[in-house]
Amino acid sequence: MTELALPKIDRSILNNKDLIVKKLSSLINPENVLSHADEIKPYETDALAAYTQTPLAVVLPENTEEVSKILKYCYEENIKVVPRGAGTGLSGGALPLQDAVLLGLGKFNKILEIDFENKCVVTQPGVTNLGITHAVQHKGFYYAPDPSSQLACSIGGNVAENSGGVHSLKYGTTTNNILGVEMVMMDGTVCRIGGKTLDQEGYDIMGLICGSEGLLGVITEVTVKILKKPQVVKAALIGFPSIKEGGDAASEIISSGIVPAGMEIMDKALIEATDNFSKAGYPRDAELLLIVELDGTESEVNELLKKVSDICKKNNCSSLKLSKNEKERLSFWAGRKAAFPACGAMAPDYYCMDGSIPRGKLAEALLEIKKLSEKYNLLVANCFHAGDGNLHPLIMFDGSDKEQLRKTEEFGAEILKTCVRLGGVITGEHGVGVEKRELMCEMFNDNDIQQQLDIKKALDEKNLLNPGKVYPILRKCAEEGRVHVHKNKNKFPDLPRF
Amino acid sequence: MSTKIKINSQIFQDSNNIFYPKNEQEVSLLVKELYKKNSSTELIGTNSKNFIGNKTQSANTISLSKISGIIEYLPEELYIKVKACTPIEEIEKALDKNNQELAFEPIDFGFVETGKSNKGTIGGYLSCNFAGSRRFKVGSVRDHILGFKGVNGKGDIIKSGGTVVKNVTGYDLSKLIAGSFGTLVALTEVTLKVLPKKKLSSTIAIYVDDKKTVFELFDQMSSSSSEISGAVYIPLEPNEDDFQKNRDVVFKFNDLKYEGSFLAIRVEGDKISINEKIKALNKELNLEKYKTTILDVYQSVPFWKKINNLELFSKTKNNLIRLVITPSNGVKMMQFLGNKFKYYIDWCGSLFWVEVPAKKNMKIKELKKISQEYGGYLTIVKTSDEYDYEETLFTINDVRLLISEKIKKSFDPKRIFNPGKMYRGI
Repeated sequence: MTELALPKIDRSILNNKDLIVKKLSSLINPENVLSHADEIKPYETDALAAYTQTPLAVVLPENTEEVSKILKYCYEENIKVVPRGAGTGLSGGALPLQDAVLLGLGKFNKILEIDFENKCVVTQPGVTNLGITHAVQHKGFYYAPDPSSQLACSIGGNVAENSGGVHSLKYGTTTNNILGVEMVMMDGTVCRIGGKTLDQEGYDIMGLICGSEGLLGVITEVTVKILKKPQVVKAALIGFPSIKEGGDAASEIISSGIVPAGMEIMDKALIEATDNFSKAGYPRDAELLLIVELDGTESEVNELLKKVSDICKKNNCSSLKLSKNEKERLSFWAGRKAAFPACGAMAPDYYCMDGSIPRGKLAEALLEIKKLSEKYNLLVANCFHAGDGNLHPLIMFDGSDKEQLRKTEEFGAEILKTCVRLGGVITGEHGVGVEKRELMCEMFNDNDIQQQLDIKKALDEKNLLNPGKVYPILRKCAEEGRVHVHKNKNKFPDLPRF
Repeated sequence: MSTKIKINSQIFQDSNNIFYPKNEQEVSLLVKELYKKNSSTELIGTNSKNFIGNKTQSANTISLSKISGIIEYLPEELYIKVKACTPIEEIEKALDKNNQELAFEPIDFGFVETGKSNKGTIGGYLSCNFAGSRRFKVGSVRDHILGFKGVNGKGDIIKSGGTVVKNVTGYDLSKLIAGSFGTLVALTEVTLKVLPKKKLSSTIAIYVDDKKTVFELFDQMSSSSSEISGAVYIPLEPNEDDFQKNRDVVFKFNDLKYEGSFLAIRVEGDKISINEKIKALNKELNLEKYKTTILDVYQSVPFWKKINNLELFSKTKNNLIRLVITPSNGVKMMQFLGNKFKYYIDWCGSLFWVEVPAKKNMKIKELKKISQEYGGYLTIVKTSDEYDYEETLFTINDVRLLISEKIKKSFDPKRIFNPGKMYRGI
């Protein structure tokens, strides 16, 4: 994408690279310290692949003590540190810095304890989200948050980003599903927050850490809550002839008192893309596709499905299919779950946006995005977690064409402007990272940002942990620890504040 | 009594020198002056939960009680935005009209204090973060806060969060505010997630005395997919007349006949699904082994109200302890409490409400030690007049205290708000 401003490079660190690598190699197994260009190449980007940066060195500690030693050393020597989980983040939160040590947690890949009695799993942060469910499913349990990257994304990364998934309305996001964490502060202090019990007394430090994008501490252990799988899960696949009718139906389902386990919307472009890609059997004549999943007891689910069907019929749905068995239910989801690769197959590149909007504003948002798509002459496909209001427009473009790249970025910004104007936010679950950094000062006023920076300063007074992320750089606030507004350098000057 | 400092503002002050700002601007003005003068203040709402936390004396008192009223309620978006000191009753009434509710079941602490209902305000609830019986299924108060607005210790108006469930824009400060006992921010506005109210509820009473069996049943319940939304154990012990008498008065229901200890499990939904869940639970928990009765909706709803009102400890003059541990240690905890304490167990085996007689302050120390050994903590929610404060009211360790001090400083650098309410130095 366009040129990215990063924190000022500390030349003395670059000049001392050999010494730093040597010292790091004395702190942990030297084989786990990577500094050769070939070795560190795989770490130069996360899933926001448009930005790349070679780190000073990569360290792959194997236990908490090693993390603590590395951080303590870096703290004393004023070396920046960028933590990294599985590298599946979409906002550039794990983008390396030239003068920073990249701290990869890939070796923290073990589940430490499965405690069915207390309904929790204690795990290292590098274990994948799905890995936790796999470890407990033989007894009918699962871990609820299910981001679409759950096969690859790590639970530590989920904590850093407060990841959600398609079942967030009923089952919450990561913050509602973890019981405790062990983390290491920038000065090397190891700290245990929470445990296996429900709730913690005092300041909810775990709630603060969850979604802090690796700016406040490095997570070295997570205790997650596990839930029993529901008795019955069924889904409905419903086509609508217009965006408005489908959007209205989704709103009406919620206001009628139903809390679906999952509710997803796809627009026409995505219906076609995913159906081509995964042969899901979606109704191609529909302008909008709604998938509603319900869980509970048999009669409850049947009753709710009937209610959902009635609401959809009232809103003129063009097709309606109820899953007859588990295989069919999964086939309803097959297309939706393949939304990203399907878009990848349609264009050389796609840019995934992540706004949240009030549910009732969906039709308005989609119509606006359609207009913008025509204006920029770029194809866009939309999927929407209608249960929780999280909108993911996927803009398709050719990254090798500089003009298209510029237009894509502008288009994306206009979409986020629309989300904010409709009462939503700029990121629902992908995080701010480097991608949406400059928009923060628009969503929040100076006082709000200052308070957040004060917290950052309180827990990482030298601003060494993942600097340059989340908080705007163009306004210098992240570096100087105070808000300083340069109006002219604002990337999105006309975005309304709220 | 400390001398009140003079505030150069037009904000209303009553004869007790309590300030009553009407809006966030007035709160901001007031706090800015206090900040300048480095003068601390107590933050209060309607005082319904003022007995919780350390008794401290500040130079000033700010009542936020005039900052009240519903700002925006969108039932179809499942949120309500209210001013911080909106009474819980007002919120519940508005939600009820749309068949919605605060799913975390606010505890009515009025009964403990005065024997009468006094639910207080949403700001107070958020500050305490004590959720009711549905906690183990739906989360705590903190899980239902989508955003807030308030004034920090420097007098700056700040906000965090929004009105949508999924929001990772910046640090989630709402979580920090929950359970901070007014030590970080003077709240002015709160946005809450609301959920549809379940149509009906029924309660299965299982008459069981054996401690091990109780926790075996709790374990089976929390492993059940029958969506249990309440699970409490009311022991017969201790054999003290007043406790048993009180128990019989509080839990006087037609279908609650047995005189021993009992477990009560709540299921909610429509009639068919409730019957289905009861049937499934009968099988899962092997209920034919026990004597059981069913409380229908007319008994079930008031039963859980009494639980959430802590009516068993109505007007207690003793110390009231809230003790949270891992359920796997529940049997041991029950054995310890034995016949010596009045208690009951909520949250499917995780939460113990324990009354410690005024003259047995020493026992609190022991209980705290055990709760920590069992992976949990305890809070002394109410102290007796004779309490010696030898044990702190809250549980904390050194590292967490250090981080908490830093967080406190980032919000309230001069310790203006409720100093000492939670911990010394905060």
